[in-house]
Amino acid sequence: MAEIILQNIIKRFGDLVAVNDLTLYIKDREFLVLLGPSGCGKTTTLRCISGLEIVDEGKILIDGKDVTTIRASHRDIAFVFQLYALYPILTAYNNIAFPLKAQKYDKEKIREEVNKVAELLQIKHVLHKKPKELSGGDMQKVALGRAIVRRPKAFLLDEPIGTLDAKFREEMRIELKKLCIDIGATTVYVTHDQVEAMSMGDRIAIMNMGVLQQIGTPYEIYTKPENLFIANFIGSPGMNFINCEPSRDSNGKLVLKLLSDNMYISITNKLQNTLLSKIYEDKKLVLGIRPEDVTFSMRKEKNYLDVKVYVIEETGSYNIVDVSLGVEKIKVRTIPTIKPDIGEAAFVGFDMERISIFDKETGNSII
Amino acid sequence: MSSRLKENQGSDMEAHYHSMSDKTLMRLFILPTLVLLISINVFPLFWSLFLSFTKYTAKMTNIWGKNPEMIGIANYARVLTDPEMWVKFITTAKYVIMSVAGEMILGFGFALLLQTKFKGRGFITTLLILPMTMSPVIVGLRWRLFYEPNWGMFNFLLGLGRIDWISDPSRNLYSIVIADVWMWTPFVMLLSLAGLSAVPKYLYEAAEIDRASWWFKFTRITLPMVYPILMLALIFRTIEAFKIFDLPMGITGRGAMAPPLLSMHLYNVSFVTWNTSFGSSIGYIMLIMVLAITLIFVKYLNKAKQ
Repeated sequence: MAEIILQNIIKRFGDLVAVNDLTLYIKDREFLVLLGPSGCGKTTTLRCISGLEIVDEGKILIDGKDVTTIRASHRDIAFVFQLYALYPILTAYNNIAFPLKAQKYDKEKIREEVNKVAELLQIKHVLHKKPKELSGGDMQKVALGRAIVRRPKAFLLDEPIGTLDAKFREEMRIELKKLCIDIGATTVYVTHDQVEAMSMGDRIAIMNMGVLQQIGTPYEIYTKPENLFIANFIGSPGMNFINCEPSRDSNGKLVLKLLSDNMYISITNKLQNTLLSKIYEDKKLVLGIRPEDVTFSMRKEKNYLDVKVYVIEETGSYNIVDVSLGVEKIKVRTIPTIKPDIGEAAFVGFDMERISIFDKETGNSII
Repeated sequence: MSSRLKENQGSDMEAHYHSMSDKTLMRLFILPTLVLLISINVFPLFWSLFLSFTKYTAKMTNIWGKNPEMIGIANYARVLTDPEMWVKFITTAKYVIMSVAGEMILGFGFALLLQTKFKGRGFITTLLILPMTMSPVIVGLRWRLFYEPNWGMFNFLLGLGRIDWISDPSRNLYSIVIADVWMWTPFVMLLSLAGLSAVPKYLYEAAEIDRASWWFKFTRITLPMVYPILMLALIFRTIEAFKIFDLPMGITGRGAMAPPLLSMHLYNVSFVTWNTSFGSSIGYIMLIMVLAITLIFVKYLNKAKQ
């Protein structure tokens, strides 16, 4: 088991910069998720760590050892491929035994190790079958078995459950996470599915266009997104964005003026101070707020804004009410019993403790 | 419903108009090919089977020849008991084994080399395929010139002096094997290349991660994955080598100088000494042998595909 350090790595494919100046510190025994939309460089990063791709610039250290130019076979890592990459002519047993056989372990030892792994993954009954006779879930477990049988320093998983169906994916998510805790290995897990990332990762590193956007615990990422991209990418639905700018009310207090409808909302003292200290008084800002931090009401209350109901999305356990706030649309998460008529006038209030403020120009978070 | 009815009526009317249905036209188009096939393929096949149980020559007397005289399995008995014939069987077997083995090893080897990316790979592949695209008779005659003991390039290039590669019976089998390997290695190479390129790259990556050596990857991934297509190449080449005729004919010519290959002998018996019925029986024995070999290979091929 080991820590993995990436220092300013750059990987290019021709003119395309797949990974741009990425620095990442992955702790020993940590479960780190690399998350991002497709083409963001997360898989390339993983392949660079594995040694299947060699970085153009930067350094990679595994367990304190510089492995930047070392071949994959000498890095002592395991890689689980998206399409499993099982050896088609070998049985499940021989697939799992492959890394041990390649290292010329003796037969008794191999049988012992493979059986142990098969028991852990509960695939003893399919060991005699060939990959094409296995279900997707079992193939995935065999691929995992092949990865863990050798007890490598780190596991690298490339969307390992991406091709399974939704229900089964949920089950595998839990099993995978438990397995990684049991083995206690450093794990880097690539996915484009934020639910997977949030539920499994100790920490999440979000990438976009080859650049690391933010790294943090799921809670940090969710509540304190560092820029508009993350705020929009994480959460389903994503964060609401409202264009605004700082302004003064009649008492001279700093408030936010919503540009869409000339409405004002007062903000906490702390936020006022932050804005003042960072000289954001005359900049264009974006107020971000999660749908569940917006309160929906049919009665006007203090600091509530006038809106019109636009559309209602029902999910069963909660409703998402889309309302128009001037020319902008925001999503409000309500309990499932709230079903206003479309076009009806209503009011929304923001939980000001939980808002985010972004600089419109740079997209970066201010608080 | 009504529109379909109309359509049917339309086509009926059309057929009536031209007084010939599509089916009739189709049959008319096929007819010439069918006639040709039956007269020069199917009929000779059964006629020669009949002849192989008779005493008959296609030459002599009048235009229809003498009537075939039934003699039962005497021809076959002669083929299988004549020690001269066994020399021919063994020579043919030697030829098949040597040339096919050479082609398989070299063809697959070249394919492996061509898999690595290097500059001019496409050009070299094209060059290597050239021999296969030539006419076998021309290739034979070309190699005959090449082997010429007095001024041929072969001896000169290898610095061998005046060695007779064409008429020396202890050597000319090998010279035909060399020419055959030269000509047909590209065929095995092409099939192997197709097989190799079909092996998914991620398997090699997985094996790399699993810390497998080059040899381990080769024996556990490459070979098993291309095995079916190699088997196919083996079947094609074995059948072809078994009935090889044009190359030895081009290189050594017929007659006493030619190596005692079955196909050459068949030619000599049937069309030089005109012993048609005996030639037919040799032909049928060859057919049975080719079929048997092919069946065995196909069985392995099917096994490999599973």
